[in-house]
Amino acid sequence: MVGLCDCNNFFASCERVFRPDLDGKPVVVLSNNDGCIIARSNEAKALGIKMGTPLFQARDVIEKNGVAVFSSNYQLYGDMSNRVISILKETVPSIEVYSIDEAFLNLEGLPLDGLQQKGRDLSARIRKDTGITVSIGIAPTKTLAKIASKLCKQYPKLKGCCLMHRPQDIEKVLRKFPVGDVWGIGRKYRRKLEQMGVTTAWDFCSLPRAEVSRMMSVTGVKTWLELHGEPCIGFDDVPQDRQTLCVSRSFAHDVYDLGQLDAAIATFTGKVAEKLRRQNLKASVLHVFILTNRHRDEHPQDYSIRTTGFEVATNSTIEMSEAAAAALKAIYKKGFGYKRAGVMVTDLVDSDKVQGVFFDTVDHEKQDRLMKVIDSINAVNGNSTVRIASNGEMDQFSTRTRVSKRYTTRWDELMEVVV
Amino acid sequence: MDEDKIALINAGFPSPAEDFMDVALDLNKVLVHNPASTFFARVRGLSMIDDGVDDGDLLIIDKSAEPYDGCLAVCFIDGEFTLKKYKSMGEYALLMPANKKFQPIRVDENNQFAIWGVVKYLIKKM
Repeated sequence: MVGLCDCNNFFASCERVFRPDLDGKPVVVLSNNDGCIIARSNEAKALGIKMGTPLFQARDVIEKNGVAVFSSNYQLYGDMSNRVISILKETVPSIEVYSIDEAFLNLEGLPLDGLQQKGRDLSARIRKDTGITVSIGIAPTKTLAKIASKLCKQYPKLKGCCLMHRPQDIEKVLRKFPVGDVWGIGRKYRRKLEQMGVTTAWDFCSLPRAEVSRMMSVTGVKTWLELHGEPCIGFDDVPQDRQTLCVSRSFAHDVYDLGQLDAAIATFTGKVAEKLRRQNLKASVLHVFILTNRHRDEHPQDYSIRTTGFEVATNSTIEMSEAAAAALKAIYKKGFGYKRAGVMVTDLVDSDKVQGVFFDTVDHEKQDRLMKVIDSINAVNGNSTVRIASNGEMDQFSTRTRVSKRYTTRWDELMEVVV
Repeated sequence: MDEDKIALINAGFPSPAEDFMDVALDLNKVLVHNPASTFFARVRGLSMIDDGVDDGDLLIIDKSAEPYDGCLAVCFIDGEFTLKKYKSMGEYALLMPANKKFQPIRVDENNQFAIWGVVKYLIKKM
């Protein structure tokens, strides 16, 4: 069995842990530069405040209803997330952290009859220890576990855990579950499916496999199989093949801004290049990819990848950063909210076996020497002491005028108890 | 044996203390039993001074701990945090100060009340 532990309204809940006066009141959290609303408490959702709404558009509702507004405080959310994850790791044989507020639980080999209770206990412990409410879904596959967790969120009487494993139970749930809300079915496919009269997850399951395959390629078939209870999306713990190196991250919230993406890609490129140098490798091909949040159907979806070849294999941060920035510029589309970005290198060769070209436009020896200096400085003084100028720090984009204290990570910002 | 070799051997000779090495004492191990549920806070005010809780002291709070009679509790009452000794009286509860100038606070179902956490340790700068 697979579990999914999802923190309910995570950012808003983190703020409330330290502000119990806001329990039962509407709370929203804003994106980095206080631009958009990226998290809402249930009460804020009930007021009709939508995800991603620019703050100025929601100002009226906020003022009329006394909604508490917070700038994002990622130090706090990160620490609270670590607390939740540490409890999961302590309780479950292995987990895969999917994002700041979601983790898959590998429950393989655990007796089925104890799982529901185990999930409830886990949910209760997380609540008691951290103040964060989670919804745990348990099912035979990741896709079904996601659905079970959503169900859990809807029905408080499930007490924090929904175990969904008998075929008749799964069918009952899928018959009511909108096809567009299924993990892995994008906006594009939802439209297409709905036009065919496929509106629920069960309708989708009832399509012949061949038809799904013809219409939606491999991912669609994987989703179809997963809904049928056959695990296709495994756990991330497979060892990485030496022929590729990849650094990618999910963002805490959707990123619309090219500058911000650029900074992220530069940081990832720096990391990949450093990994290459540490393993004495060079890469001939670099891929940059960005993807939108495929679980948010109401927003436009995009997945783009751009591949750049190097005439001479390289591990220079400078050379790779230039290529990566150009690649990003080519695939970035305005108006899309990107959820994940990454840099991958392939066609790796040993550094000392690199084939040169006769008219090499790049002074590779000089680059090698420079990179060695950078690596040695960073080794002594901590990562990122020296870095390429475009490498971002997420903080720089943030104005954070309504930010709460970093209660758990700064001594000078502790909560104060008036005695 | 020439001198170079002797120097080399000396450099590689293990310290006789190595087998008896211990990990240095770590205050976190003593003060923080459950890191996931432990929070720090600062004391502001004088209502508990007779129990040795002074302004500026550092509280180590376990959010998961079950409150017991007489525990030093971080309470949340009617929109505000306070630190008091918790005393259950059955139908209601009393939040007891430790300073003659303050009165006990009576808590019943008409109050918005929760115990946020229980103080496990108090750190004081001398």
